[in-house]
Amino acid sequence: MSTLTSNDLALNAAPPLIFELGQEGRANRYVEEGKPLEQFLPKTLLRDDLPLPDNSELDVVRHFTQLSQRTFGIDLGFYPLGSCTMKYNPRINDAMASKREFAQLHPYTPDEFSQGALQVMYELERSLASLFGMAAFSLNPSAGAHAELAALLIAKKYFKDRGETRRDKVIVPDTAHGTNPASAAMCGFKVISLPSDERGRVSVEEIKKVLGDDTAVCMMTNPNTLGLFEDHIHEIAAAVHEVGGLMYYDGANANAIMGNVRPGDMGFDLMHLNLHKTFTIPHGGGGAGHGPVGVAAHLVEYLPTPVVRAALRQAQDDTRAQDDTRASQNGRPLAPSDTMTFSLDFDRPKSIGPMRSFWSNVAHAVRALSYMYANGADGLKKVSQLAVLNANYVRVKVADFLETPYPEICRHEFVASAQELKKATGVKALDIAKSLLDHGMMAPTMYFPLIVPECLMIEPTETESKETLDHFIAVLREIVETARKEPETVMAAPVTTVVGRVDETRAARQPNLKWEPA
Amino acid sequence: MAQPEGLLYSKEHEWVKIEGDTALVGITDYAQNSLGDIVYVELPRVGKAISQFGNVGVVESVKAVSDLFTPIGGEVLEINDTLENDPAAVNRDPYGAGWLFKVKLADANEKNNLLSAADYEKIATE
Repeated sequence: MSTLTSNDLALNAAPPLIFELGQEGRANRYVEEGKPLEQFLPKTLLRDDLPLPDNSELDVVRHFTQLSQRTFGIDLGFYPLGSCTMKYNPRINDAMASKREFAQLHPYTPDEFSQGALQVMYELERSLASLFGMAAFSLNPSAGAHAELAALLIAKKYFKDRGETRRDKVIVPDTAHGTNPASAAMCGFKVISLPSDERGRVSVEEIKKVLGDDTAVCMMTNPNTLGLFEDHIHEIAAAVHEVGGLMYYDGANANAIMGNVRPGDMGFDLMHLNLHKTFTIPHGGGGAGHGPVGVAAHLVEYLPTPVVRAALRQAQDDTRAQDDTRASQNGRPLAPSDTMTFSLDFDRPKSIGPMRSFWSNVAHAVRALSYMYANGADGLKKVSQLAVLNANYVRVKVADFLETPYPEICRHEFVASAQELKKATGVKALDIAKSLLDHGMMAPTMYFPLIVPECLMIEPTETESKETLDHFIAVLREIVETARKEPETVMAAPVTTVVGRVDETRAARQPNLKWEPA
Repeated sequence: MAQPEGLLYSKEHEWVKIEGDTALVGITDYAQNSLGDIVYVELPRVGKAISQFGNVGVVESVKAVSDLFTPIGGEVLEINDTLENDPAAVNRDPYGAGWLFKVKLADANEKNNLLSAADYEKIATE
């Protein structure tokens, strides 16, 4: 056991774990001294075999604040992580989500007492459907890959109902997202990987060669992971539909197209959205996300439950009817809640069922809807246009000193390659990435997509100013110039971070994630 | 770097060393260098019948997970099980201690579908 010292408060390499801090009896206790715990909790719930640390409240606060200082996030600096859309999360989202009426709502609350939350879910669902050209969405899945799985389960059930179980192949271009083949395999489909053409796009001719009466789904990301718009998307969709397959749109890159073009109009039958990317909910640590899954009209009945249903308020609801009359007499326009009631619909016989418990993450629905209403339809359209503008600005400047294998107008992100630099100096994309950390910025996505060697995938997002972009470009240029003069300096990076170059092989081979008492 | 002579190569960056009616298979130096530090190798099980250019396993590095294709078909006779504890051997010595598996050849003519060291060199340095 040790206690926190001023040394630990400085950022050192290995601060003690919370289990290694504290002394017996130190924890602040808020129950009355001398009263047995049995007075507060049933005896059956009490146990003493957990080696929980005994820390004072102040030490706990310091411990976690200190840890928080060792992380990096969008609130601290530029975060150009390609395909992740690390944009600013407006604080108004949190202000809305922490309102008592949402934050303290219990999932077992009957529909009649949770009309506000249900209305938020309903309006979010309707807004997404209209923005992306889908017949309906289900807000049930918890994240993007979770929604992908939901979509493929929908496809599977749809084909089963049609007696087309022979359809066992899912086509995934090599410019799609890494989760696509995983979701398809998880669902029991065979994955056919499709190489992209020299323009970095899916070729209509090539895809026709792999299509057949065993084609279930073609999963595409548009723009793809090279940041390029699939300009033959109508022909591709027509070819897939021709053989009876379904088109799936991976919404990971929706920030590039929102409000400008709609996947529904491109010919997609299924899609998902990552609310943490496009709609500014937090990217939090792999948990508590939100990934609505959307479908075209012929698949609506398969959506995961629950789905929020809206009905016109019944006339015999006298009190409300009088309120409504008064409201309209006072000149206030009628809000949907004045005329409609909302309910959770679990009774959907063809549904694939729930992907998770309860109503999914309602607070995230509140955040996403706040973002949409704060921007409005025109604002959301502009968001995408600025994201594309920023990406192209950085792309053109970076092309001065790094290869850009696809030198054409990109969408919200682009790929650069350190292949030539590596051949000349030995400095790899990984070293450039580590070096950026020394300059207080997050690294771009590296080594993805796999078709570009020594790949750096850069997505600046619309929320960064020109000054920030210029600073990033200057720093990147400086790193590349240093690499040409003294490569060993770049290869030694990072040197200013709390933790230096980590041993990634050991981290993958010997993960040590569990504390055990000495 | 120059590719060892006496081996045959596939476009998918595997090498094969044919000895009579058996063959030893591994990935090339170019492949290990592009993948970076290898942390896991999933090999076909012994006794499995594999066909030329078929997907037989997975190579996982800190950068990426890549499919492993066999440059030659036949029956798997032996696998390099030291890689389970030491996958980095593929990085250190791709043509030696980092070999992957041994095959009993199904069809000796399959070697005609493979590349010479010089031809592979052209692909790898493109």
